[in-house]
Amino acid sequence: MTESRRFVGRRGGPKVKLPPGQYLTTDFPVLSAGPTPHVPLDKWELTIDDGTNALRRWNWTSFREFETDSISADLHCVTRWSKLDTMWEGVSLDALLAGITSDASFALVHSYGGYTTNVPLKDLRNKQAWIAFRFDGADLRPEHGGPARLLVPHLYLWKSAKWVRGLTLLDHDEPGFWERYGYHNYGDPWREQRYSGD
Amino acid sequence: MAGAALFGRLNWQVARVVALRDETATARTITFEVAAWPGHVAGQRVDLRVTAADGYSAVREYSIASAPRTDGRIELSVERLPDGEVSPYLTQDLAIGDFVELRGPIGGWFVWREGQAEPIQLVAGGSGIVPLMAMIRSRVATRSAAPFRLLYSVRNPDSVWYRDELQALSADGIGVTYVYTRTAPLNWPRPPGRIDAPLLANASWPSRLSPTCYVCGPTSFVERAAGLLITLEHSPDRIRTERFGPTGTKREAARP
Repeated sequence: MTESRRFVGRRGGPKVKLPPGQYLTTDFPVLSAGPTPHVPLDKWELTIDDGTNALRRWNWTSFREFETDSISADLHCVTRWSKLDTMWEGVSLDALLAGITSDASFALVHSYGGYTTNVPLKDLRNKQAWIAFRFDGADLRPEHGGPARLLVPHLYLWKSAKWVRGLTLLDHDEPGFWERYGYHNYGDPWREQRYSGD
Repeated sequence: MAGAALFGRLNWQVARVVALRDETATARTITFEVAAWPGHVAGQRVDLRVTAADGYSAVREYSIASAPRTDGRIELSVERLPDGEVSPYLTQDLAIGDFVELRGPIGGWFVWREGQAEPIQLVAGGSGIVPLMAMIRSRVATRSAAPFRLLYSVRNPDSVWYRDELQALSADGIGVTYVYTRTAPLNWPRPPGRIDAPLLANASWPSRLSPTCYVCGPTSFVERAAGLLITLEHSPDRIRTERFGPTGTKREAARP
């Protein structure tokens, strides 16, 4: 450890347990690699495919026929801010994946705008992941991923793909956008898996 | 969005402060010497860790301001945020000879590489100039002929970072246009205000030249600028963005 002389830091801050290296914010910063896509609801689609064939496809109306969950989640961004007790409404991936028979172990998530990210399928099941479309009691704003984004809050937030348009179920792991640019393949904030090799 | 690369593990390295330079009343450029800096590409970032005498430490991410160099030195420019934890230390207390730790470089998307020959449109809001300055410096250092233009939005004439260096760039054929949002210099042709479509159309490469656009700044600025570029028919996949800070009030910004 190298001491930085005269650095004191902020002590006595909120006594909440955060993942290592994170600090608390009450804002909701926006980090995206490109312009914000604006997807009209009548053009919106969500697809689950196996790389070749579509297994499920919903438009906004049929997607909204699913029962929804109210979700309270702590968000941890790899750029080190954490935001606690955020309130969302979404459809669980359990509901969306129900009835699909597949040997797949991984999902590559696709977004409007071209973003991708990979998540093991087991991390999307058992009420761990949702397609969320409301935040804090209001429709999810485009800059935060609206109309709908993946919400998988137990991983760093880049895994919660904004502007989600589909999932490809794969029997092998395939890195997504940030994962190809040096970020960790799995991204567990509690194990501080920020970058490749962490 | 292609461009796979191999990445080794990023390790913390001791960095010694060798020079300090004020950019504005609230921003400072710090030059560090790092014994085994692995090198970087213009636009990349670092994690910076400061540790107090009792072992308490804090880490923040900053964009690198300097072009890749061979002397083991890198520069960061940091804006002091009033209620920040790390930036007041870096901009007020840090002295030559002090140490911090750096880990990087980080990020491979918001970068300009020497091999890119296409026109480059840089759009900076406030301290979002930092990674774009690294790109400009890299372009100058490599004697690249890529046509560069910078549109730089600042609050007032005193908020310009790298002023002299930017002024000298016209000799290198790099066009710089300033936008003043609060106070403009005397006799400035445009009244103070945010960037808009006519200004952007005038001061940036037209979409038919297929420039790559890099937009960096606070979220609201980037949303606006990237949206305007799309209305000027730039293809979304040629617009790369880096947003930092919260949507409203200023706090310790994660980037740059």
